Amino acid sequence: MATKTSSPRTKSSAPAPQFETTVPESVASRKRPSSREESAAAVTAVEMGARQREISVSEFFTKNRHLLGFDNPRKALLTCVKEAVDNSLDACEEAGILPDVTVKLETVANGQAPAAPSQATRFRITVTDNGPGIVRQQIPRVFAKLLYGSKFHRMRMSRGQQGIGISAAGMYGQLTTGKPVKVISRTGPRAAAHYFEVQIDTKKNEPLVHENKQIDWAQPQGTEVALEVEGRYQKGRASVDEWLEQTSIANPHVRLVYYTPEGETKEYPRTYHELPPSPKEIKPHPYGIELGALLKMLQDTKSQTVASFLASDFCRVSPALAEEICKEAKVSPATKPRDVKHQAAETLYKTIQTTKIMAPPTNCISPIGEKAILSGLYKQIKGEFYTAVSRPPAVYRGYPFIIEAGLAFGKGPEEAAKPQQAAVPLAEGEDQGHETEQARVIRYANRVPLLYQQSACATFKAVLSTTWRNYGVSQSRGALPAGPMVIFVHMASVWVPFTSESKEAIADYDEIQKEITLALREAGRRLGIFLRRRERAASEFRRRNIFDLYIEEVVAACNRLKGGNLPTQKLKEQLHKIASSRTGGLKTDEALGKTGAGPEGLPSSIIVTAEGIEGETEISGQIPATPAAAAERAQSEPATGTKRPVKGRGLPDKTVKVGKGRSVESTRAKAGQQALFVDEQLQAKKVPFKKKPAQVSATRKRK
Amino acid sequence: MAQAKTKKNGAVGKKLVGMADVVIAAAQRAKDPAFEIPIRALSNVSFNPRRGLIEMGEKKQSRSFFNVGMAKKFMQTMLVADALAELQQADLTTSLREIYYRTKHTIQDSHENTFDTQDESDPIIEDLEVSLVALREELHVRAENSGSIVGPVVFGDDGDRVDCAKLGKGGYSVPSIVEPEYLEIRRCTADFLLLVEKGTQWNRLSEDKFWRRYNCVLLTGNGQPPRGVRRLARRLHEERKLPVYVLVDNDPWGYYIYSVVKQGSINLAFESQRMAIPKAKFIGLSSADPERYELPRNVGIKLNEKDITRAKELLNYQWFQKPAWQQEIKRMLTSGLKYELDALANKDFQYLTKKYLPRKLKEKDWLD
Repeated sequence: MATKTSSPRTKSSAPAPQFETTVPESVASRKRPSSREESAAAVTAVEMGARQREISVSEFFTKNRHLLGFDNPRKALLTCVKEAVDNSLDACEEAGILPDVTVKLETVANGQAPAAPSQATRFRITVTDNGPGIVRQQIPRVFAKLLYGSKFHRMRMSRGQQGIGISAAGMYGQLTTGKPVKVISRTGPRAAAHYFEVQIDTKKNEPLVHENKQIDWAQPQGTEVALEVEGRYQKGRASVDEWLEQTSIANPHVRLVYYTPEGETKEYPRTYHELPPSPKEIKPHPYGIELGALLKMLQDTKSQTVASFLASDFCRVSPALAEEICKEAKVSPATKPRDVKHQAAETLYKTIQTTKIMAPPTNCISPIGEKAILSGLYKQIKGEFYTAVSRPPAVYRGYPFIIEAGLAFGKGPEEAAKPQQAAVPLAEGEDQGHETEQARVIRYANRVPLLYQQSACATFKAVLSTTWRNYGVSQSRGALPAGPMVIFVHMASVWVPFTSESKEAIADYDEIQKEITLALREAGRRLGIFLRRRERAASEFRRRNIFDLYIEEVVAACNRLKGGNLPTQKLKEQLHKIASSRTGGLKTDEALGKTGAGPEGLPSSIIVTAEGIEGETEISGQIPATPAAAAERAQSEPATGTKRPVKGRGLPDKTVKVGKGRSVESTRAKAGQQALFVDEQLQAKKVPFKKKPAQVSATRKRK
Repeated sequence: MAQAKTKKNGAVGKKLVGMADVVIAAAQRAKDPAFEIPIRALSNVSFNPRRGLIEMGEKKQSRSFFNVGMAKKFMQTMLVADALAELQQADLTTSLREIYYRTKHTIQDSHENTFDTQDESDPIIEDLEVSLVALREELHVRAENSGSIVGPVVFGDDGDRVDCAKLGKGGYSVPSIVEPEYLEIRRCTADFLLLVEKGTQWNRLSEDKFWRRYNCVLLTGNGQPPRGVRRLARRLHEERKLPVYVLVDNDPWGYYIYSVVKQGSINLAFESQRMAIPKAKFIGLSSADPERYELPRNVGIKLNEKDITRAKELLNYQWFQKPAWQQEIKRMLTSGLKYELDALANKDFQYLTKKYLPRKLKEKDWLD
């Protein structure tokens, strides 16, 4: 990163907060070589040499803060929150602690009268976690030195990668408000809590400690970071709110509390009570390195011979394979690694690329998992159908990765039950005003939501290129599929290839694209099964509906033709009888829940997993809770004053498919599995489970 | 109500009422009510070379009620039948568009209209014509008046005497229903009938009093001649023995207009016997004419893709199989150009009246 350039741009050494230096005039004139030659004060190489000097990374990023996601105040606010939360989650997970994170956004008056959140320009961001804490000596460097961190040098999956994020956020705060980063950290109940105020020395990329003391802190363990930054708070697309919501979808094991600047408290409860398996660190895979990297590794290795270097510094290279590679590359296995140079190194590199080497181990990646995705989607998104797909691990450029896709479809039972608009006779050329709502794509990389640059992202491209029409969803050319649908795509990898340092879009590697497409297709196929089956029931209903409608018209026309003296009632009844007998009769009534089980269609959600669909044989089997039960469940939740977006949405009783059938064992297993999902409060009350035996037996009877 | 039905319309009225009986009978036997409707498409027409007509085949399609794809059409058919019966009873005539408005309403308790556009009701009227073997005129449905006639012929229309020789250059507007009950041919002294495709060229001939000089009847249908015009031409041909000549543009559509006049159309094949004039002759514009009449190449228009496709279709129609016709169409395709009648004005404004047609008639230069 510390690139040396001959440009004397950052010549001035202005004091810390005011870095917006104007470009010196000499720079402007240097851009036009011809004018330089003409000008009397021609610059000599010596003079130029005098101006050439190192640029610190911090200085570079001060000027190029857009590269890190600080291009505008709104995005900057999000980036700061994101970096702090990412760090907290990474730390908690690595330490094996179920994360409990609090995010607080407050407006800062800054001398003037306090502004409304939507008008305010200054915010204080406070992120508190229950993580392992940070040892005292490291605090200044972690928060006030760019490119300092534990994650860059490891081949291990984590949210953060480069060690820029939080220090860049701090630096942004320093630039825009002049305020230092305030950090409280405690490594355990017996350790003292340390309070730091740190800033970055942008010239040296070294921390400046303003304040350092021991304080009393209510929390036994954890870290709290407070930043004061210039920003803009606006709800909606790509907002802090959206980011936190999406984070909670992909991280159902996290309990997140968010205090909005407007004074609301949003709580995203933990619905999955297991930490994701801890990712392992791996050595680089031979396919994933470039020639330059290989040369450097050859120089730096501790191994004595090329063969042992290959076998010990890479994964998936056995001593036998190392010998084989050496033989193929015509390098003696006993050569010292440092002696392999130039042509020999290049041959070695090429040989490695053409040798068949086993794919890298994939236990270094920790996918979210199908169950957790379902639970996250179910918690945050209303729908009638949910599915999740985890692909087997794959490899790009020697980096293992896993793609996971999820899908939530439908408006949710509450919405579907809403009465339709009153009929207005349509004039010629008018139509019913079909909804053209497009699907929403939510993208994740290592469990972090990506909100910007959607169209540049490989995931988005894969969604576009999937033929959703095959799965019963309409889609116009080159557009997202239409319909009430949320598409979830997650890429987990030891190294996610972002298109820029601000980590907004995943680069478009063929291997990644292919995996995403396969995952989406699988999710789409399941959606297709669901839609087709629902369609089948609905079309029978519609058929009868059509006939019911038209019978009136036909009978009226017949009556008029016959001069108005037809026993119309009798004719109607006869025709209705034919209609009913030709459209599946009572079976359709049952499938549509007309027998009293619920509103038209399927009253509640269905979840499909890899094993198939619950109640394969019978549509009626999917009608889970009655509205009464749902109401009961909602009431059972304690009424809290705060707005909780997820209130009353524990998993419904019968939505999770387990095993092959509805055997007793599987029912028990199901209950156990649900225990993982369901909110603690719900679990304590056991309300949904009371319904269970009755439900199961009812289903059996119908069968 | 029953008394309101006049004797004249009794037959058609009964047929319409018969449709209600089909529904009632089927309902009583718990059967799906259905009508048989002859198919109106190329697959169900054939050319009868002996009679020189396009005839409708025997293929029928069943339209039943309890079939999702047909239920709406069935319902619409009943509504149209009802509206037509109403016309019969009241002894009124109406237009296709009025039928559409008469039958359009929103179905109770729904967002759905019985008909959304006129395109839905028009084919149903045609369906009823064929399946009830009733002419559109007998159903009291009229088309637009879009034809003009001028020449030494006298009609009786609603008791008025219409002398087409005394109507200036505008002529008499041909009504859409020209059956003997509605329009009487009182006198006709013409020697032949010239059916012109384009109104503009008909105007030219009328203004130049071509009909007086050559003692003929000039008739136009403004493009594809409507039923009234075709039926009138047929009546003059049949009742007054007038030979019929057709003057159209030199393009595939002109050829087709000629063929419709001569053999009948595919869509209305069932009416060919009443409409077609198998002895009609094609007088121009022939693809040989530009050369013969020395029309410069630059007044031609390049054939577009549609023209070429259509011309190739024509080549395959049974009624265009005569060698002279194959040659005619192929010549047009080879030249790659089409010519409008109007192009004759390139030589002289009155070229059509003074040179082209006189020479054609003198040389008996026409195609059969």
